[in-house]
Order: sequence, then C-alpha cells, then structure tokens
Amino acid sequence: MALKDYPVDECLLQGNASCPGCPATIGLRLVLKALGKKTIMVIPACCTAVIESLYPHTSFDIPVMNIAFEAAAAGASGVEAALRQQGRTDITVAAWAGDGGTYDIGIQALSGALERRTNFIYICYNNQIYSNTGIQRSGATPYAAWTTTTVSGKNEFRKEMGEIILAHHIPYAAQTCISYPEDVISKITKAKNIQGPKYIEILAPCPPGWRFSMDKTVEMGRLAVDSGAWSLWECENDVMTFNGKSKLILEKKIQRKPVEEWIKYQGRFSHLFRPQRDEVRLKAIEDYTDNLWERYRKCYTTK
Amino acid sequence: MTIMMDTGNRIGAKAAVMAKPEVVAAYPITPQTTMVEAIAEYVARGEFKGEYICVESEHSAMSACIGASAAGSRTFTATSSHGLLLMHEMLHWAALARLPVVMCNINRVIGPGWNIWVDENDSISQRDTGWIQFYCSSNQEIFDTVIQAFKLAEHQKIVLPVMVNLNAFILSHTSMPAEIPEQQTVDDFVGKYVPHWKLDIDNPITFGNIIGPEHYYKVRRAMQEAQQNAKQLIPQIAKDWKKASGYFHGDLLEYYKCEGAEHILLSMGAIGAESKIAIDEMQKAGIKIGLARVRVIRPFPAEEIRKLGKQADLIIIDRNISIGSEGVLFNEAKAALYGESEAKATGFIAGLGGKDVTYKDIETMCRKAMNGSAKKQEWYGMED
Repeated sequence: MALKDYPVDECLLQGNASCPGCPATIGLRLVLKALGKKTIMVIPACCTAVIESLYPHTSFDIPVMNIAFEAAAAGASGVEAALRQQGRTDITVAAWAGDGGTYDIGIQALSGALERRTNFIYICYNNQIYSNTGIQRSGATPYAAWTTTTVSGKNEFRKEMGEIILAHHIPYAAQTCISYPEDVISKITKAKNIQGPKYIEILAPCPPGWRFSMDKTVEMGRLAVDSGAWSLWECENDVMTFNGKSKLILEKKIQRKPVEEWIKYQGRFSHLFRPQRDEVRLKAIEDYTDNLWERYRKCYTTK
Repeated sequence: MTIMMDTGNRIGAKAAVMAKPEVVAAYPITPQTTMVEAIAEYVARGEFKGEYICVESEHSAMSACIGASAAGSRTFTATSSHGLLLMHEMLHWAALARLPVVMCNINRVIGPGWNIWVDENDSISQRDTGWIQFYCSSNQEIFDTVIQAFKLAEHQKIVLPVMVNLNAFILSHTSMPAEIPEQQTVDDFVGKYVPHWKLDIDNPITFGNIIGPEHYYKVRRAMQEAQQNAKQLIPQIAKDWKKASGYFHGDLLEYYKCEGAEHILLSMGAIGAESKIAIDEMQKAGIKIGLARVRVIRPFPAEEIRKLGKQADLIIIDRNISIGSEGVLFNEAKAALYGESEAKATGFIAGLGGKDVTYKDIETMCRKAMNGSAKKQEWYGMED
C-alpha cells in the first residue's frame, strides 16, 4: 500500500494530550484511518485515557466509551451484542488497550470474549510497561529492563501473549509495530472485514518509558523487529504467516541483529552496559531470543 | 392474566423476560443460578429474543451490561453475594455512567466460610454505589418490582441502575403463586427504551474521559438529585402499576396496621413478610404495634421514618451488620430521627448466616424492646 492509498479520514484529532514522540498516537491514527468513522471504541485505563484529552474536550472523532482497567473486552462484548440487536452490523466494535490492560488485569475478560466468539477487534498497543501510571513492570516487560518496580532490571522474561491468543483459535490474530504503517493498516483492514473475534497487537516503543530520545520512536520499533525481539506475523484461521523481516528471520534468509543493537539505545537497559558490561544478562537475552525463534520455526514454519 | 406457581428466581426471570431487555449478561452463582437457567430456557424456546451473553465472571457481566446499555439497549442481569462483590467496581461505574441496568440480587451470606443461606450484608455493603435498592418479601412482589424497576431506572428523571433484592432460598427457591399479567400490560407499562445518552456514530462523544474537580462534583450531585427524584417516582410508579395490574406492595415502605400504633417495627425482606404475622399476634393480645416494612433502602426513606418517629417508638431488625458500627437500617433510621424526634429506637441484629427468624422470634424481640429489657442494639438468637 502506497502512502497515497491511505484512507484520508482522520478520526484522531490534532491537539491531543500525548507525550512528544508517543507511539500510541501513531498507532491510533493508523488504526482509526483503517477502521473509519463507523467505529465504536472501548478503552480501559491506559495512556489513551490521557490522549483523549480532558472533559469536555476530546481528541476522538468517533464514539468512545472509557471503561475500567480489566473490563475492555467485556464492555466491548456488551456494545457488540446491543448493536447486533439493533441491527447495526455496519458498525465496527474495537477495544483499544495497553499491555497492562491486556496481558495482566484484562486477560480474563479478553479470553472470555474470544472464547465466546465476540465479533470485535481487540487491539493491544504494547509499550511493555504500565506507562500511564509512571513506568511499572507488566507481563509484557522484557527481561532485565528497568522499571520503577524492577529497579535493577526485571528478573523474568515477558509472556508470549500472541501464543496465548493463538490458543483460542480465533479467525484472525496478528502482531505488528507502529514503525510499519502499511503493515498496521493492512492488518486492521483485514481484521475489520472478518467476522468473529480478532486480536491485533502493536508494539509501541515509549520514549519516556524506555528512556530513549523522542525522535527515535520509529527507529526503536524497527530495531525491535530487526533483532527478533519483536515479530510481525498474522494468523488467519490457524494458518500462520510471518511478515516482513520477521519472515526472513524465520526462514533464516537473514540473520537477526543482536538484541543488544536494540537495547543499547534504551536507558532502561543502561545498567547492562555501565559501569561495566553485564555479560551474563546480555547473553541470557540473546539465548532467550534464539530459543524463541527456534520454537517459532518448529511450531510455525510456513509452507 | 395467569397464575404462575413457581420459585422467586423463576418468577423474577419471567418478569425480566417480559420487560424485553435486548441484552442479558450473566454468570452463575448459587442461589441465583435457577434465575439465569430460567432465562436460558426462554432463549431455547425462542420466547426471549434478546442477546444472552454467558460471560466468564460477574465483573464481566456488569461490564457487558454497561457496554450494552451505553450502546442504547435495555439490559438485565442477576447475581448474588460474592458475585455482587466482584461487580463492586462496575456497580459504581454503571451508576456514575447513568446507565439504567436492572439487576436481581439474591441476598446470600459472604464467606469465608462458605454459606449459601440468606443475609443481606452483600447488597447492604453496596449501598453507596448509587444504585436504587429494593427488597422484596414475596414472589408476587418480585415480579411486580422487577417490572417497576425497568420503568423507574429508565425514567428521564432517574437514569440510574436498580437492584431488586430477594432473600436466598426463603424467596429464591420457594414456590408461591404469582399473578402474571398479559404481555401487552407489561409492554404498555414499561414502554420502549429511550436512552438518555448512547454511543452513536452520528454524534460521536467520548464518554468517561478525564474530568477535573471543576466538573466531577456535578456528576455526583446529579446522581443525588436523581435518587431524591426516586422518592417521588417510586410511589408514583407503584400506584400506576396497581392501576395496570391490581398489585401494590407499598411505596418506599409498606405500612401494615400502623394506625394508632405506639410502637412501629421496621424490617426488610423475608423478615418483613414474617413480621406481619408477629404484628397480627401482638395486636390480638392488645398491643398497639404496627409494621413499616422497608422496601427501598436507596434512596433512604428518611422523611417517612421521621414521620413514624413522631407517632411511635421504633423497633428495628437488621439482617446485616456494618462491622465496627451497627445494623445499617438501625443506624440510618436513628440518623433520620436525629434532632427531629424524641422517639426511642431499639435495634436487633438477627438472622445472620441464614439463621432462621420466625414470627415468634420477631414477637420476642418486639416485646423485649417494648418492656425496656433490650439494650440499645442487641444480637438476637445469636447470643452464645
């Protein structure tokens, strides 16, 4: 898809309250372009509650319902059921939640809504932390990353939410990243035209949370993919396809960059490099990533 | 009109289905289960045409009702005890969002230890969430109150969620006859749901974003005004339903033989029903005592209780306790009397954990209060 083919509608208005360099607004803008004005969005507690701006103002040009932290998927289930009763099948119902609201507190409601085959799109913008509350660890935070609750670095590896979603065998699931606008738009557009539950996760590199310069947001997303710390894929009716560089890495057509190439720009990992290199943890990160891709190759080798 | 001989749960389900909600979202919990099972049977028979979402928790049940209501549909759910407590956050949410969800709650004990019998601590502990709360004393009253609850919740002067409470087993699982009106009667009475606000692609609003101190208080104040409006509308709607169906169970309170009474008993729920027999017995013995059965605890009928305090001393039975304080009805009734009445108020805490409270027990409590041998508030039948 060329830039000139992007939908022209802007449902995210100018003058919102996001931080400079915010990846969530990049993602939202693309997502809303793809979804269009016939969309109702359900948003739990997350940065977007701030991006919406203060009552009585709003930065959204579609109807939005804010709901409690753990309740996005359940709230969206209700909206979807009501619209179906009213015969409004022309309206897309989307939940838009952060990784805390998805991986952690909201996973029960999400799993329930997927299992019930709710006709909606659940979108997780994953900045790998509780950023709205001031950078605390979540289930999506990578190993060794500093957060305000993992002061010397997180001791555990992140959970593979994508694979938890795949276990629900929904019609469409995908991972993407704000650094690849065509990928975001094409996956959201595809999801919009599929009946049943859809899950799309968007990696969202957060400058204040990851401690990098606000002009590097897009670059941080690309390096995450190049290093295999993040992957682009989609799974349609249980058929898995890796996309872009992730496909080349999976098929061993290129070698992934060391994850170090990604994390060295991020202040949240600075304790791995200063005052001296923490070889043990740096090796653990590369080993984990190698094992992850080996497992991907075993489970998801595409025909 | 037909007679339905069935349990409180099944009669409550019948009323809910006849009110034609577009979305029901529910999660099973004893002793509410037979109510949601009954709704599932209506779905299976094609008699209920709405969406029935079998969610994975009560928190999601209320969240789904909130979503559906915000999208402009009439909604219903039912729960009990721990289920109600799990909903707590979303009970506040529904009320603050001004969504007229109607819910039956089967009053059941809170654990640990596990106990499925009746007491009212579950719903009493939710009294500050902004929901209007009814307490029923018969299966007919359950039917009639559920119908009235939709009318009340959706009234433009209210737009608040309504909880209809019925005591576990004593009502939920006990068969009693109830007169079921024609569908047309219910349709005419409840009317078509006209949402006060909704998520609408033609009028996109952002609902529930960040709201500063300069605006937030207005939300609370409007809720308080709506609850005050309910004090007028509950009696009005009860009167209108009497006209439509012939049935009337009282306004905010049901007064039973209060004329000339020097003592008035305040009680709720199934104890409220049992109290009538105790009053009959005592009046037969020449005692000037009447009953004011509290049907609604939110809005709290303070003016009505003050009026009673001008006529008689009050005896108050609570099937709940606010630990560290006292029975909630006792506490709030005294607050209503404060500075306005010389009436003596004597309180009893009875029937916790499902302990049976018979009319003889009620009579014993009343006699104790009347002969002055009772403490200001004491535990009855649970002294050991």
